[in-house]
Amino acid sequence: MAAIEVAGLERAFGEVLAVQGIDLEVPEGEIYGFLGPNGAGKTTTVRMLTTLLLPTGGRAAVAGHDVVAEARQVRASIGVALQEAALDPLMTGRELIRLQATLQGLPTAAGRKRADELLERVGLTYAADRRVGGYSGGMKRRLDLAAALVHEPRVLFLDEPTTGLDPVSRKTIWEEVQALNDDGTTVFLTTQYLEEADQLADNVGIIDSGRIVAEGTPEALKGEVGRPHVELLVGEDAVEEAERAAAELGKVLPRKDGRRVLLEVENGAADIPRVVRALDEAGVTVESLELVRPTLDDVFVAKTGYHLEEEDKGSGEEMTPA
Amino acid sequence: MSDLAATARVVRALGARSIRQTFRRPQLISPIIVFPTLLLAIQTGGAGAGVELPGFPPVQSFLQFMLAGSMMQSMMLAGNSGGIAFAVDIEMGFTDRLFAAPIPRFAIVLGRLAGTAALGLFAAIWFLAIGLIFGAEIKGGVPGALLATALITASALAVGGIGAAIALRSGSASVVQGLFPLVLVVLFLSSAFFPENLMIEPARTIAEYNPLSFIVEGVREPIISGIDAGHTLEAVAAITGIVVLGLVLSAGALRHRLRTG
Repeated sequence: MAAIEVAGLERAFGEVLAVQGIDLEVPEGEIYGFLGPNGAGKTTTVRMLTTLLLPTGGRAAVAGHDVVAEARQVRASIGVALQEAALDPLMTGRELIRLQATLQGLPTAAGRKRADELLERVGLTYAADRRVGGYSGGMKRRLDLAAALVHEPRVLFLDEPTTGLDPVSRKTIWEEVQALNDDGTTVFLTTQYLEEADQLADNVGIIDSGRIVAEGTPEALKGEVGRPHVELLVGEDAVEEAERAAAELGKVLPRKDGRRVLLEVENGAADIPRVVRALDEAGVTVESLELVRPTLDDVFVAKTGYHLEEEDKGSGEEMTPA
Repeated sequence: MSDLAATARVVRALGARSIRQTFRRPQLISPIIVFPTLLLAIQTGGAGAGVELPGFPPVQSFLQFMLAGSMMQSMMLAGNSGGIAFAVDIEMGFTDRLFAAPIPRFAIVLGRLAGTAALGLFAAIWFLAIGLIFGAEIKGGVPGALLATALITASALAVGGIGAAIALRSGSASVVQGLFPLVLVVLFLSSAFFPENLMIEPARTIAEYNPLSFIVEGVREPIISGIDAGHTLEAVAAITGIVVLGLVLSAGALRHRLRTG
């Protein structure tokens, strides 16, 4: 059984169709990365899947339950950590987890025990009795994640869980998400970070303007947009000779700038010795050599015409024309 | 555990959080306790001779007369503060955490109202204690004090329902906060701080039909003269009307919020 099944899901806000009939299926035990820029429809989709927003068209089922007709069963099966960790700054971490345990129907003693376990798991035992308002961004995210796990959900929804975090906190969250998935939890993860989707997701869906424009494993998606290529920096007077030699080995791509020769290679790193030998035999001195693989950004550009460009990790990312 | 017991447990937990939230945020507790206490001190100190006016109800002291008004003011502001706190929860997304839990969604509103009612209870006890400390007599004795406390607690729940409805509908703490002057206007246009028969028109007519006047008199009577069935029933009827109005408005606002996200 699929953990998440979505068919023709739509959500309109007045005249604006924020989600335009998306279809997707997430098998149990998978990490699904939902990638897209701000305003693409990621959060609206998550809010519908977590029963926080009624769809205006189509249908969706989570953990085998319809999100409209069986909303309460859905809510009992899922854990949710929404964008902008929704934490009360006046509560302590321990109070929050205990309240979450009560909301999920755990008996008092079990809820207290579970709160202690989870605070330990996310490394917040030392701050458990401090008010959340004094936590750092990373601590808040870890607390939010702990709260979402209180009832050991089958499906975990994480809406941009690392937006605005420093690299160390981001890595901690990634490790925790991976560990949860290793334990069998299905994870639906929305993100603006290409690296996050690439690192964590078994399958990626790219959403743009409310439509899924590409879906597949990160490797398959990258394979669709091109092969790896070698980027060679040579002296200005050796560029043409380098291109002639490279042409014997594969397809030479248009130069990136005056001195950078780009050669598409079929076997990635395995082809590099052959390239170096050929240039050496042609008498070309190579100043630097880099193997460049297609990225999810290349996929994104190919599918949407835009870059997901990181301008400021602290405040999210902006969409810029390719 | 039955569904009802589980829901009651959630309401209790949310009510407890609501109380903690109020006591930890000075801008919420201050209007409930500090402001009405200062106003009580100023009014009893400055206008105490008002009891000598012809037509003023027979009372032991102006403080004894004012206790019901102060309790009402505190209760009304508790309802307003509850609405502000609820709107803050909506603004910061905390209610999404609650809406995403497998609980009846109206329990979220009831939890907030339980907290507001508890603050009403606290306000009633606070002002009765102040009255007793400063020499006011509770003519109805312990039963009278219990009746006044119960009416104020129930009124807080009723007014809190309207605050919650506005919070749910607007989702904006500043909108709910903007009602603060209105709360005072409605309160001053009742018999909370001055006997209705000594008011001038049109305030007198407004106060005569203001539901808050019925509640004030229901609370005041056990303090100044003893329990009176007629006043008590009128107060209960007024509270019931406000409770029903608050719950209907809250239910509608909740449905609207869930539909529109």
